[in-house]
Amino acid sequence: MPIEYYTFLCCIIFGIGVIGVLTRRNAIIIFMCIELMLNAVNLLLVSFSKMHYAKAVAAGSEDVLTAASEGQLFVFFIMVVAAVEVSVGLAIIVMMYRNTHNVDINFLNRLKN
Amino acid sequence: MTQYAWLIPALPLAGFLINGLLSGRLSKMMSGIIGSGTVLAAFVLSCMVFLQMNGQTEVVTLFDFIKAGDIHIPFSIQFDPLSSLFLLIITGVGFLIHVYSTSYMHEESDFHFARYFSYLNLFVFSMLLLVMGGNYVIMFIGWEGVGLCSYLLIGYWFKNTEYNKAANKAFIMNRIGDLGVLLAVFWMLQKFGTVTFAGDAGVLAQAAKLAVNDPALVGITLLLFIGATGKSAQIPLFTWLPDAMAGPTPVSALIHAATMVTAGIYMIARSNIMYTLAETTSGGIAVIGLATAIVAASIAIKQNDIKKVLAYSTVSQLGFMFLALGVGSYVGAVFHVMTHAFFKALLFLGAGSVIHGTHHEQDMRAYGGLRKMMPVTHITMLVGCLAIAGIPGFSGFFSKDEILMGAYAYNPIFYYLGLGAALMTAFYMFRLYAMTFMGSYRGDAHNHPHESPAAMTVPLIVLAILALVGGFIGMPELFVHNGHKLAAFLAPVFEQSNAIAHAHTISHSKEGLLMGVSTALIIGIIIFANSKFGGYSRSDAKETGLSKVLADKWYFDKLYDTIIVKPVLWIGNVLGTTVEKSGIDKGVNGVGKSVQYLSRQFRLIQSGNIGNYIMMMVVAIVGFIWIVYYIKV
Repeated sequence: MPIEYYTFLCCIIFGIGVIGVLTRRNAIIIFMCIELMLNAVNLLLVSFSKMHYAKAVAAGSEDVLTAASEGQLFVFFIMVVAAVEVSVGLAIIVMMYRNTHNVDINFLNRLKN
Repeated sequence: MTQYAWLIPALPLAGFLINGLLSGRLSKMMSGIIGSGTVLAAFVLSCMVFLQMNGQTEVVTLFDFIKAGDIHIPFSIQFDPLSSLFLLIITGVGFLIHVYSTSYMHEESDFHFARYFSYLNLFVFSMLLLVMGGNYVIMFIGWEGVGLCSYLLIGYWFKNTEYNKAANKAFIMNRIGDLGVLLAVFWMLQKFGTVTFAGDAGVLAQAAKLAVNDPALVGITLLLFIGATGKSAQIPLFTWLPDAMAGPTPVSALIHAATMVTAGIYMIARSNIMYTLAETTSGGIAVIGLATAIVAASIAIKQNDIKKVLAYSTVSQLGFMFLALGVGSYVGAVFHVMTHAFFKALLFLGAGSVIHGTHHEQDMRAYGGLRKMMPVTHITMLVGCLAIAGIPGFSGFFSKDEILMGAYAYNPIFYYLGLGAALMTAFYMFRLYAMTFMGSYRGDAHNHPHESPAAMTVPLIVLAILALVGGFIGMPELFVHNGHKLAAFLAPVFEQSNAIAHAHTISHSKEGLLMGVSTALIIGIIIFANSKFGGYSRSDAKETGLSKVLADKWYFDKLYDTIIVKPVLWIGNVLGTTVEKSGIDKGVNGVGKSVQYLSRQFRLIQSGNIGNYIMMMVVAIVGFIWIVYYIKV
């Protein structure tokens, strides 16, 4: 499959994520949208990594392993960061619900003006 | 020896730091010992430098001071006959004044006593740096330093508003002159590319190659001379010096004899080759010097404050020195600096002794008959008066005579006018002498004048001996063949000038005649002044005519007040009320107010709505990406 397909798909997923973050008011959904954006990037990295690997094999390069692994390494990092972020973010949302009995972010406007 | 010579200025600096930093924690005894001891050590070192002096110029570079592009100014000190002679005068006379001060200032508290000595040491340090500096910039550091110290010491009794005003006046007048020096230094850098004195690439060697009355040379010398008029109290910047009497009397002695006012003469003597070539400037200096000598001497005649008389006398004597510089008699000027340092320090310290003995009375009308009560002060002051009046055998005679002979060779009219000033000198000095020591005591009967302690009289005696014999190192050719040891000693410094200058010589018979006539006139004046004021009694008659003009100091202060001080204050007032209030204030306040207004408006975008914030963030990110990829900054 041409690389463009992957990139278009990733753009669409990323765009959905951005729009979701911007428009939704429920903190859980915003959180899910952030995950969408992260995973869109992950998908893009993996697909580029595959593309470079294929190119390296076709060119007969000796260092095919590096070409294959760099993008995927990054994906693992992002996954770890996302996992950490989820635990922290969910904890915040739980605390928020305990204090306000609500997960609507517009409810948190005490720093207004 | 010269590798240790940096100790000469460093010692007084150390004294300044110790006394200044530990002031209040040291006893008076310790402060006095540190203050005087460091100067004494500097004097001993100066003697060693002086004795090793063989006419060579030695430059010791301590470190690089300024290095920028082509300009390279090292922090160097220079030894040659001229600076070594000044070192002796400064540290020698300075030491005696320090010793004298330990007694004169004993009424001060520990803290102020230490403060006084720290200032005194800083003063000596600055002056040493001034005469030792190997280039104009280092000299200028010392030049500024003595200006600062004079301010500090004149305003030593800072609780008195009048004294503070006098200190301000001294400082501001000096600053006016300093600007001239600074401009001259810049001009030199531009013209010669260096400010160093010595060496083939130095300023003096380069200047020596220029033509007579080269425009740049005339400009530089004039600017330097403006600086000299400020520091050495010449017309038009002399009015600060009489006001400088606000400081303690030993300070006056230090300013007038050993340091500060001789700086201008040193500078011109140092730059002598430039002045010899810039004949226009030299002529101006001679005229200014002569005018100052006459005007100041005439003012001194009508002053009643003993310190004021001496102050105007200093201005007048400095005028003589500038006359000597102007007519090309550089040796005469330096010679007079030396003898003047002896007898003027003596006179000031003597006056201090009289003031001390009469319990802070400075008005000569309240003196009289002190010769019996203060015998040592009386005799030493008499020596000083005879020396400054120019009685043969005393030091002042030789130096003043040399200046007058130089003036005669230059232009006989200068000689006659200078002689007039010299006669006035004899008159006012013996007016001072007669009013103070002759007749009977006119002061408060309960106020018993007494002789001063040994710490004050011993420096007086030493200075009296110096004032008596100091002139014999410069005997004129008329008396002793090759008798002018000082001229021979200083010859290397003035070598080039002497080679260029036209040989002004007058025959020995004429010189003898002039000398005889002037001496006879001076003796006549002394007898006249003694008889006129010996039996002085207070009279309340108003001064009229010329004597009123003299008593009011030729209205110089009033003139400056009217044409400079008042207009400046008026402009300041106008600017303060209009430009400051309606212009600057409104502008500054307006900026503040508009910032406040804008911040009130901008605050509204802080909606507290997280969605808005994220929206802005995304917009900003997209904006930056757009800038980076499409505008390509």
